[in-house]
Amino acid sequence: MALIQEIPAPLTPAAATKVLVLRNYVVYKDAWKLFITGFLEPVFYLFSIGIGVGQLIDTFEFHGEAIPYAEFVAPAMLATSAFNGALLDSTYNVFFKMKYEKLYDQMLATPLTTGDIARGEITWGLMRGSVYSAAFLVVMALMGLTQSWWAVLALPAAVLIAFAFSAVCMAVTTWMTSWQDFDKITLAQMPLFLFSATFFPIEAFGDGVLRWVVEATPLYRGVVLCRELTTGVITWESAISVVYLVVMGAIGLFVVRRRLDKLLLT
Amino acid sequence: MISARGLRKSFGDFEAVKGIDVEVRKGEAFGFLGPNGAGKSSTMRMIASVSPVSGGELRILGMDPATDGPAIRGRLGVCPQEDTLDNELNVFDNLYIYGRYFGIDRATCRERAQELLEFAQITEKAKAKVEDLSGGMKRRLTIARSLINNPDLLLLDEPTTGLDPQARHVLWDQLFRLKQAGVTLVITTHYMDEAEQLCDRLVVMDKGRIAAEGSPRELIDAHSTREVAELRFGVGEHEALAEKIEDLGERVEVLPDRLLVYSDHGEDVVTAVLDRGLHPIATLVRRSTLEDVFLRLTGRSLAD
Amino acid sequence: MATETGADTSPTTRPLRPTGSLSAWEGMARQYDYWLTVLKRTWRGGVVSSFLTPLLYVVAMGVLLGGFIEGDPDRLEGATSYLAFVVPGLVASHAMTIAVSESTYPVMGAIKWHRTFYAQLATPLAVRDLVNAFVGFVMFRVASACAVFMLVIAPFGVFTTWWGPILAWLSQVLVGFAFATLVFAYSARLKSEEGFGLLFRLGVIPLTLFSGAFFPISNLGPVLEWIARLTPLWHGVSLSRMFCVGQVDWSLVALHVVVLVTLTVVGWFLAVRNLDRRLEV
Repeated sequence: MALIQEIPAPLTPAAATKVLVLRNYVVYKDAWKLFITGFLEPVFYLFSIGIGVGQLIDTFEFHGEAIPYAEFVAPAMLATSAFNGALLDSTYNVFFKMKYEKLYDQMLATPLTTGDIARGEITWGLMRGSVYSAAFLVVMALMGLTQSWWAVLALPAAVLIAFAFSAVCMAVTTWMTSWQDFDKITLAQMPLFLFSATFFPIEAFGDGVLRWVVEATPLYRGVVLCRELTTGVITWESAISVVYLVVMGAIGLFVVRRRLDKLLLT
Repeated sequence: MISARGLRKSFGDFEAVKGIDVEVRKGEAFGFLGPNGAGKSSTMRMIASVSPVSGGELRILGMDPATDGPAIRGRLGVCPQEDTLDNELNVFDNLYIYGRYFGIDRATCRERAQELLEFAQITEKAKAKVEDLSGGMKRRLTIARSLINNPDLLLLDEPTTGLDPQARHVLWDQLFRLKQAGVTLVITTHYMDEAEQLCDRLVVMDKGRIAAEGSPRELIDAHSTREVAELRFGVGEHEALAEKIEDLGERVEVLPDRLLVYSDHGEDVVTAVLDRGLHPIATLVRRSTLEDVFLRLTGRSLAD
Repeated sequence: MATETGADTSPTTRPLRPTGSLSAWEGMARQYDYWLTVLKRTWRGGVVSSFLTPLLYVVAMGVLLGGFIEGDPDRLEGATSYLAFVVPGLVASHAMTIAVSESTYPVMGAIKWHRTFYAQLATPLAVRDLVNAFVGFVMFRVASACAVFMLVIAPFGVFTTWWGPILAWLSQVLVGFAFATLVFAYSARLKSEEGFGLLFRLGVIPLTLFSGAFFPISNLGPVLEWIARLTPLWHGVSLSRMFCVGQVDWSLVALHVVVLVTLTVVGWFLAVRNLDRRLEV
């Protein structure tokens, strides 16, 4: 039996993250159909709303410039698909692994720590998400929906959106007790998806408090960031968005660690 | 290997472990015996360094779980009460990936996983999904997985609960072999026969405390008689009849379905009962077991 | 399972398994209390997904995005505003979504996770009765969600006649029936839930987006337009919209109804057959 003579030292955070990513990779390489089709959803939306409905709409004004509807919707789909993917990964999937599969319990029987688990899961989600985002950007470029080289930066922007939401949603998931609680997630997800100036300009909310509220929501920040980058109309709003999303993700990550410690190490 | 002094664990107002002292030595098989809710699993989780200690002192392999959790866990093998296998991975990957969590290099992991498949007698299931395994196979896989890092100390929480008799014996055989290979085993169980079979030394736990400590033989000698006569009478008669035969043994226990008369000479008790004109529906004379010890110590049966 | 009938294992019991000895009505009635209990436990969850979500879509797409779209009846299949155009389509596709969601995971759960079907089959109930009651429950959900929805939408002034919305509602129910039975048949065969992910991504989402709910399928170009015409949802959307907008082509109505009813009947037979085969082992 005796093969390993010396006991391996505890893993460094980087090595731990790598191993957890490996675990997810091994699982998903058999589910490649799900992996491929995950990319299709934003493309379907782009074709349906951007092109199908777009034929009923002339142009929209964005920061004073008239742009075709498809160009307006495409960056929003990039942002919202990063958002939706992160949400799915860090709520349903994490909850399932935590409560039903007891996956984290088995990991904690090894030298891995809760911090390793949080980092590993989020890193995997981001890697998967960035493949989707990159593919979507290529589709946009091929359809002529990107107007400047700034669009290349839309990829890191999408990853940043995914990071911010992954961290916060994973934190929220640690408070969930049953599947019924996921209605509350849907309750937040749908309005964010539909009202973050995704399908129509922010001007539709008028000039009052409502618009101000929407501008302060995280997905709107993500949408406006992506839209400025792919249309090449960059303003200070992008800077605000970046800072906003970084802070949001950092807070989320901090809370996740503390909550996982509390939940799993009892 | 393990040393606990006044170890406590509480969840809010509820105290699951109320100050226990335990010493586990290298190479022995040590058992925690007790009914559900006795505090066995809480103790095991603290030893596994995933559950913070609420009070008292605990040292595992000479280290403090509060500060050296990952280092301790690197040298432990843990087989939890419920199989926590990774259902999304196949059987081989369950071993391989788990080994990688310990930081074991790829080649060693692969080699080791292959060996453990053989050890668990599931080599032909290497590519199968976990959900397609039988209960016994899952359990053996869980135990095999806990050995991936060649642990110094193996924690087994209710290793054979829910298994059919044949699967239990296969598992016991494997645990014997590990013991012979020098692995220190810590086992919790509410099965008396399992404790008697596997443990060199054990503690009987009840309501978060240790009720007795010793080898199975010592415990039986100290807390029970050599033999037990089990007498079954008609429904509802046991309570009343107990008084009539109280003097025949050292002690009489009334269970819902039978009377237990403790005596060093069980057959004599049965003869005496018949002499008094009492006619039990069924009688059985057997040797005392840890079950009787537990009954004596706590006044309750183990299978609650 | 089939052998558990014990002494009755004569050759005649085997064919009885799918249909059983109870009348179809009795078979459903005996499960009434079960499904009522399920409803009591789960109706709250349905409120968000079956009601709030489509309402948000109506406000976002119909009202806010619609504000930027000219209400030209020639380009909107007779509707005088984008809101009036999109609502009947949204409700019809919503009927599909509910029917599909309720016949995917719950069916697999009753087979694989909770094994409710096995427990129910150990009683005089037969496979047919299980399918009937299950689909009945799904349809209750679809019908009630669509009804509430149509009532809430009424004050927005998108309906032209009083009878139109009622017939539109019936069309939505018909959409629900077709999808509930077909998807039940699919779920009854499925071994792993991975298939549901694919069903949603390659079935439900494209159907929702390209079956004329959000824009006239003529915008798709001639080839895709014809493909869209072949989808079951388009028949439902078109039916629902004709009644709501008040421009009814009765021969087209007949075609839509025939298609949807045929799909329902085929779906039902497949559902009973597949579930029977699945529960056999």
